[in-house]
Amino acid sequence: MSQLSVILKAENVHKSYRMGATRVNVLKGAELAVNEGEFIAIVGASGSGKSTFLHVLGGLDRPDKGVIHFNGRDLNRVGARELNRFRNEKVGFVFQFYHLLDELTVLENVMLPAMISRSVLGWLASRRAIRQRAESLLEQMGLQERVGHKPYQLSGGERQRVAIGRALMNQPQLLLADEPTGNLDSATGNGILNVLDTLNKAGQTIVMVTHDDRIARKAQRIVTLVDGRAR
Amino acid sequence: MYKLTLIIRYLLKRRITYFATLAVALCVFIVVVVMTVMSGLVGQFKQKNHEFVGDCVVGTESLVGFPYYEQFMAQLKESGFVAGVSPVVKNFALLSLTNYDIKKGVEILGLDPVLHSQTTSFAQTLHFRAAEPEKAFVPIHEPNAAGCVWGVDVILLRNAQGQYSYGARPPRLSLTLTGFPLTARGALAGVGSNPARTESFQYSDYSHTGIARVDGSLVYIPLEKAQDLCMSGQEKRVSAVHVRFSPDVSVEEGTRRVAELWSRFKQEMVGAPNSGLLDGVSVQDWMRYRRAVIAPMEKEQVLLSLMFGLVGITTVFIVFVVFHMIITNKRKDIGILKSVGASNVGVLTLFSGFAFSVGLIGSSMGTLGGWLFLAQINRIEQWLYARFGFQLWDRTIYAIEDIPNRVEPEVMMIIMACAILACLVGALVPSYQAARLQPVETLHAVRT
Repeated sequence: MSQLSVILKAENVHKSYRMGATRVNVLKGAELAVNEGEFIAIVGASGSGKSTFLHVLGGLDRPDKGVIHFNGRDLNRVGARELNRFRNEKVGFVFQFYHLLDELTVLENVMLPAMISRSVLGWLASRRAIRQRAESLLEQMGLQERVGHKPYQLSGGERQRVAIGRALMNQPQLLLADEPTGNLDSATGNGILNVLDTLNKAGQTIVMVTHDDRIARKAQRIVTLVDGRAR
Repeated sequence: MYKLTLIIRYLLKRRITYFATLAVALCVFIVVVVMTVMSGLVGQFKQKNHEFVGDCVVGTESLVGFPYYEQFMAQLKESGFVAGVSPVVKNFALLSLTNYDIKKGVEILGLDPVLHSQTTSFAQTLHFRAAEPEKAFVPIHEPNAAGCVWGVDVILLRNAQGQYSYGARPPRLSLTLTGFPLTARGALAGVGSNPARTESFQYSDYSHTGIARVDGSLVYIPLEKAQDLCMSGQEKRVSAVHVRFSPDVSVEEGTRRVAELWSRFKQEMVGAPNSGLLDGVSVQDWMRYRRAVIAPMEKEQVLLSLMFGLVGITTVFIVFVVFHMIITNKRKDIGILKSVGASNVGVLTLFSGFAFSVGLIGSSMGTLGGWLFLAQINRIEQWLYARFGFQLWDRTIYAIEDIPNRVEPEVMMIIMACAILACLVGALVPSYQAARLQPVETLHAVRT
């Protein structure tokens, strides 16, 4: 891979948490470079800091020390407004527990990132195109019949596919998936992995966190977090 | 756009929101109804007192009265800003109904019915002589006898609907009033065993001012008769001169000018016999003159406002608790929204907008409900009375006919604005806390 194709680079990332009276150092100089179009799996034991690393990579959390470059830009140096835009446009998150909004329909959940990036007037101007994009994503996920349903009316696998649709709504450069199959049975989990695989083959860059080596083997590259460092 | 969508969904889908909206609606309903009725009562009471007294009173508390009032009235008439002046004698007397064994102490008000009608609403308070106040003291049954007008509650009882049974003509009643004339020095004028003076009158009309204390104790008689009954001396004296200003002169401005005139007049009269009595005379606008009766009612209104201030604080607290519960329940949503790019300001706006909507809907419901209730309040009261014998204000005690229910749009707007503000204040802290939440904290914590 050439140096130009690196879209995300983490250097010497440190992160610690306070748990009661003690401070737990989760990341101790973790490093990672993600090339465009790659499918990376981050594995590690429970509590090794995989999810924390993913959150830091996606701008959901800030590192105590170290640098995250996205397309050459240091995320530590951008303001809150810029970071919100980064989370809205450049990355898409898929969580283990789906994290859908119960008040919104499946279609609205998928459209949520587009709603956030637009004012009421902006929304009115582009709602047709946004709706088409969301419907097309749901069709890709095999959920075209579930458009008007509420999340609690769906199965776990369906919910996760809605979450993937939402993550892809604004066509992010990077998809970050945190244990996307962790809450699903094996067959449903495989279905989700197939979706991710298909997306990757279509050019989507994916970084996935999992504790399961079998699932990790679906990725092109496996990074193991041990003692707060990536290997 | 997501804020608007979520606000609508939170409003429609969260049952706890209904309770918050209902709490706001109830508070607004109570405030609108009670404030309207109370301010209506106070407003009516002030209006009646204003009409009873005129715009301004130059008078003394002393039963002795003050002399030279005619000269001062002449100066007032010449001043150009006065539309009416009326001298009155206020005093006490013993009333005896001839042929009945009824004797009672009353207040008497001696006045010239024409001058007093030009200055106050005296003519409108009369029942039989409202259109011809010059005949107020002319008894229908005996036109050549001296007449007197009674406060309506002195003689008539009201029914439960607050109405009097006047009859077609005034009753044929003879009475005597006994007073104790005082000299200019304040001593009893009568000597020996009979210091009192008695005058006979025929009953001529009722006066209904709508002020319970006035209608229940006052007997109006001709000015000269009152002077004979209560005062004695070389110079004629009165207790007060009531003044009404021209329509273009405000009460404050008119009273100030009367006070200036009075001050000059007093200087001019220095050295005249008994001019010392002028020192006890004060110039007051109608509100100050009647403050002893108006102040307690205003105080009640202030107390009521304070109580409703507490209701407002309760609303803020209810909204705070409800929003705290909603936001605690919505921590996951906040994390999700932030993970897809929502800003702190966006989250703050979302929950503040939600609070605003709860306030707007709740206060609109409360205001509409209050308005509808007030529109029907008298019918409701009549129905309650007919069905259960319950009356909110016993008309045999309270000098009102209908419960005041005129809604002031500005007052409604202020109450609505206060309710919305209360909701925003109540939601401020929880919304701010929500906006400050870190997405990672909330997403880690929630496993659904």
